[in-house]
Amino acid sequence: MNKRWEVFQHSSDYRFTPYIMAGDPCEEATIELSLALEECGAHALELGVPYSDPLADGPVIQRAGMRGLAQNMNLEKTVKLVSKLRERGLKIPVIIFTYYNLLLQLGENRFLKLAENSGVDGVLVPDLPYEESGYLQKICSEHNLALISLVSPTTREEKLARLSREAEGFLYCISSLGVTGVRSEFRAGLDEFLKAAKRNSRVPVLVGFGLSTREQIQQFDGSSDGFIVGSAIVKKIEELESDLLTNREEAVKTFKSYIESLLPVYSR
Amino acid sequence: MTTATVPDHRGRYGVFGGKYVPETIMFALEELETAFNEAIQDQEFNELFQKELAIYSGRPTPLTKADRLSESNGGASIYLKREDLNHTGAHKINNAIGQALLAVRMGKKKIIAETGAGQHGVAAATVAAKYGLSCKVYMGKEDIRRQALNVFRMKLLGAEVIEVTSGSQTLKDATNEAIREWVAAVEDTFYLIGSAVGPYPYPKMVKQFQQVIGHETESQFKEIKQGKLPDAVVACVGGGSNAIGMFAPFIEKDVPLYGIEAAGMGVETAQHAATLSKGSNGVIHGSLTKLLQTSEGQITEPYSISAGLDYPGIGPEHAYLHETKRVTYEAVTDEEALHALKLLCENEGILCALESAHAVAYSLKLAKKMQKDQHVVVCLSGRGDKDVHTLMEFEEGGE
Repeated sequence: MNKRWEVFQHSSDYRFTPYIMAGDPCEEATIELSLALEECGAHALELGVPYSDPLADGPVIQRAGMRGLAQNMNLEKTVKLVSKLRERGLKIPVIIFTYYNLLLQLGENRFLKLAENSGVDGVLVPDLPYEESGYLQKICSEHNLALISLVSPTTREEKLARLSREAEGFLYCISSLGVTGVRSEFRAGLDEFLKAAKRNSRVPVLVGFGLSTREQIQQFDGSSDGFIVGSAIVKKIEELESDLLTNREEAVKTFKSYIESLLPVYSR
Repeated sequence: MTTATVPDHRGRYGVFGGKYVPETIMFALEELETAFNEAIQDQEFNELFQKELAIYSGRPTPLTKADRLSESNGGASIYLKREDLNHTGAHKINNAIGQALLAVRMGKKKIIAETGAGQHGVAAATVAAKYGLSCKVYMGKEDIRRQALNVFRMKLLGAEVIEVTSGSQTLKDATNEAIREWVAAVEDTFYLIGSAVGPYPYPKMVKQFQQVIGHETESQFKEIKQGKLPDAVVACVGGGSNAIGMFAPFIEKDVPLYGIEAAGMGVETAQHAATLSKGSNGVIHGSLTKLLQTSEGQITEPYSISAGLDYPGIGPEHAYLHETKRVTYEAVTDEEALHALKLLCENEGILCALESAHAVAYSLKLAKKMQKDQHVVVCLSGRGDKDVHTLMEFEEGGE
């Protein structure tokens, strides 16, 4: 476990992990939005990689991916972008969120070498379930990178216990069935699921998928160690698209006040 | 690994296959695998399936000798396995009946399906009506425009057709959207995949329900030819369900097999769907297989005049049979397929689907190089009524 993960894991805050898409709407905007998120108190950052066929994502992140693709953003450039983020002073753990095919084409080993040298702390592959992840898990450990596990309310009990025990970085608990995107309601019995995950996990347990308001986030404060917000933030970036390209300073200000409106007071 | 031992317990055909899906649906794949394995070992289920194929779809379909076509072509004689004579007009119904019976057995009341040209959508809507299930069919906006007739048929059958506007708005995106819907509704919904693609156990299941094509062909041919086997078997390949069903009983026998992909405007152009000839290893729709993609791994849009072959991936077992060289995969252009379609019409009075015309085109080339006393069997996977509009447009455009 590296220093950045140590800080993340030892934090007593209700941890905020935002997701944004690399290259949406352009590389420089991604850098400034990342830094703004850290200033607003993000404890870690998930950086999405644009992909033609994102089958775990809803329409908001699909559109962000199309914008990223239009900027010719790809996995290799996303990893290199993390280097630039480090140069600009970003201190929180960065997790690359990529579909497996992109990783396969770049080469898993090549990706890991590049990631290690660029200051990447973890990787999350939404279409690589535990059963298929043996090799990537092995080489991630060799390169000191956390392979983030996703668990769902439909994950069977024994598997949930095992994934919780073996989780690195943080354990990603999916709040509801379906793809990423804003939701008005969560699944019944979610607290039980989060409790079961927490029982075995050595790392913080974060809840994600569908969270878009302060009220929703606060609802999980007691049952989890942190939360992930993706689509709601990406939607805000979409709204600010033209300003982020032409009047960035002002747009980033608006973005920050949106993030502040979203966050609960998370000292516990 | 020999062909007889694939897939392994992890759903692998060599390196191909597997389950590359979000964690949320992993339990459903396990549940499906268990239910499927139990069903195919249950004599009652198998008898019911065979009975439905007979009394609902009209099986067995005939094996027709194409006398005049063979004569004018020269060389080996050509036999047609008439999947076009199935209920709904294509082999797709075999698999749809099988999976629908499984859905009923599992107590599922809702099915979802993806469709490109609409043939699988029509088959899914048909079995949903027959077995009293609700049915949602995901179809790309572009395909809805091109295949208005099939859209109307699905609605007539009581299915809900959902327009997919993401990505390139065709089959690949419709499949993504069907998977997304399955992830959301996985607890009470059965995903009825139409081709030998997708995460394990789908490729195995689709083969199981389509192998009736090959088994009938083998016994019909043996009956005509005093126990002999054909000298070659040819089938078209998009995702590969009619081909894998046709090949199934012959894979372990000494019969040359040919899978025919769509070369579109030509494999040397960017306008083709020749996944095995031009693709590389990657993951699409839950399976590691060959696919058409950029060097960075973005999946590219294929092209073929035939909507059923217009798919950037291929079933993992085909990728394996290609790699082990057990099956020879070749590609046929739009032009060659259209020419073969006309020859078959004029010489045999059969209007086949544009997909099947690719297999016919290759059979003609192959037969020419063979002896007069040899026999080529070609899978005529569907009838061509659905393509009349495309054919008309092409004729007009060509003038």
